[in-house]
Amino acid sequence: MSMTMTQKILARHAGLDHVVPGQLIEAKLDLVLGNDVTTPPAIDVFHQTCACGVFDKSKVVIVPDHFTPNKDIKSAEHCMKIRRFAKEQDLLNYYEIGDPKMGVEHVILPENGLVAPGDAIIGADSHTCTYGALGAFATGVGSTDLACAMATGQTWFRVPEAIQFVLNGSLSKGVTGKDLILHIIGMIGVDGALYESMEFTGPGVSTLSMSDRLTICNMAIEAGGKNGIFPVDEQTIEYLKTYAADRYAANDFEVFEADKDASYIRTMVIELSEVPLTVAFPHLPDNTKVLGTFGRVDIDQVVIGSCTNGRLEDLRLAASIFKGQKVKKGVRCIILPGSQRVWLAALKEGLLEVFAESNCVVSAATCGPCLGGHMGILASGERCVSTTNRNFVGRMGHPGSEVYLSGVPVAAASAILGYIAGPDDLRDRAKEAK
Amino acid sequence: MNAKGKVFKYGANVDTDVIIPARYLNTADPKELAKHCMEDIDETFVNRVSVGDIIVAGPNFGCGSSREHAPVAIKACGISCVIAPSFARIFYRNAINMGLAIMECKEASEKINDGDEVEVDFGTGLIRDLTQGTEFTANPFPEFIRKIIEADGLVGYIATIAQKA
Repeated sequence: MSMTMTQKILARHAGLDHVVPGQLIEAKLDLVLGNDVTTPPAIDVFHQTCACGVFDKSKVVIVPDHFTPNKDIKSAEHCMKIRRFAKEQDLLNYYEIGDPKMGVEHVILPENGLVAPGDAIIGADSHTCTYGALGAFATGVGSTDLACAMATGQTWFRVPEAIQFVLNGSLSKGVTGKDLILHIIGMIGVDGALYESMEFTGPGVSTLSMSDRLTICNMAIEAGGKNGIFPVDEQTIEYLKTYAADRYAANDFEVFEADKDASYIRTMVIELSEVPLTVAFPHLPDNTKVLGTFGRVDIDQVVIGSCTNGRLEDLRLAASIFKGQKVKKGVRCIILPGSQRVWLAALKEGLLEVFAESNCVVSAATCGPCLGGHMGILASGERCVSTTNRNFVGRMGHPGSEVYLSGVPVAAASAILGYIAGPDDLRDRAKEAK
Repeated sequence: MNAKGKVFKYGANVDTDVIIPARYLNTADPKELAKHCMEDIDETFVNRVSVGDIIVAGPNFGCGSSREHAPVAIKACGISCVIAPSFARIFYRNAINMGLAIMECKEASEKINDGDEVEVDFGTGLIRDLTQGTEFTANPFPEFIRKIIEADGLVGYIATIAQKA
């Protein structure tokens, strides 16, 4: 019975030899995640389940990241509730503000060595699918599912069908994993992978960095996907050695490969070299346009960061474009390192200095403006280019504002020019000036 | 178990950010959430909605965030059922867990008009548009899902099982 990667991981966690799409299974979980928005209601449900305690204090992770540092009194009350719960349950992975391991949940869980190949993970946050980059099965759930999983260490799943994305070649210079996933969402639509796995395979996989893979899996949910997943290769193992050295040393992970004759409901072949710089226009991530094919769009703000593009590689890329440049007068550029670790590394590498000298403002690690929480809310009629993952109506503030999603190079170049543009437009301007 | 009410009709991809904007997620109180339900796509919704009313929408209803606050807000407004051709998977799961009835029916979603009076029979999956005099059939929920919805959600359902045990 042939299976996809996802199906194999689910079968293993359900204690079954094989599973088929559509099958309902109960699976054991390696990690259960909640944040400051989804955990407070889960705590109420958790107490109603009459559980004596969480199933494993090392496997329940709570990350206050959405509205932190607390943006208002109500948020502070929420954070107090989860802080007390973490203390009462003696959770080993609760990350307070200022902790060297704190930050945006989907940036820090891999960085803190909590994710390894073959894991089955649920999180009460839709972007939990990010961890598929490491060859794990990870998907988002709501607060009630979170509560029950905190109590029992298991949950039920419907085994998903899969779409196979065969990646060939390598991305053109300056094109990022963000462009690839926006390009894919543009092709298949925001419900193009509804209920399904998005499995990335092919020789092009090895050309994508772990940072790119995390970005790509992060946005599987924006195509309606249940999860996104990459095969495990040398880069994954190197990542594991760096960030999850204990689990690597203990051989505490399992590499699953899709069977050669695994069945997919659809296979799409993508030549990576043909993926263009891509921007998702308001108000859906599938409303994509190729950079250079649309007229001038003036902007008011740029946001660089989030669980999609807040890793050190993203900040290095941004700094390489900002170096010696200034943000266009009248435009605000907000940079949010994805974690305290990323923030510190960016400081030591001199990236924060580049940003400050370019007139960008650098925030603490938080989800902040991505979901319209704080740290950069838009007024009516304002436009923002953002490296985040959603551009729904009102996502970053006033329902009359607009969010344009892009990769880091487009966001940085747009901040400098004051309209949606790419690094090539910056070079053209430099030539004209001469 | 049935629902009957006036229809509020919306398009495709109604996302969780418009169902309940994140700026209100600093509370989990259903009554507070209900005050802001759908406000970014329909400012008048909360003032017009009555207990029992029904939302009919296009495909991929509830896409986006995993916030359980979305079905909670819809339910707390008095909405008795959401009918759409398809639901985003996390919303689908959350709606059932929160005891909000949902029905997948493409034909009903296309043909029912805003303001129509509609009746839904959860046992049979029959959807009747009383204004137009038309009928549609959705796949009914299995009994255990109906019981979850009747018990006001998964927690209530588990409590009823515990009482019987």
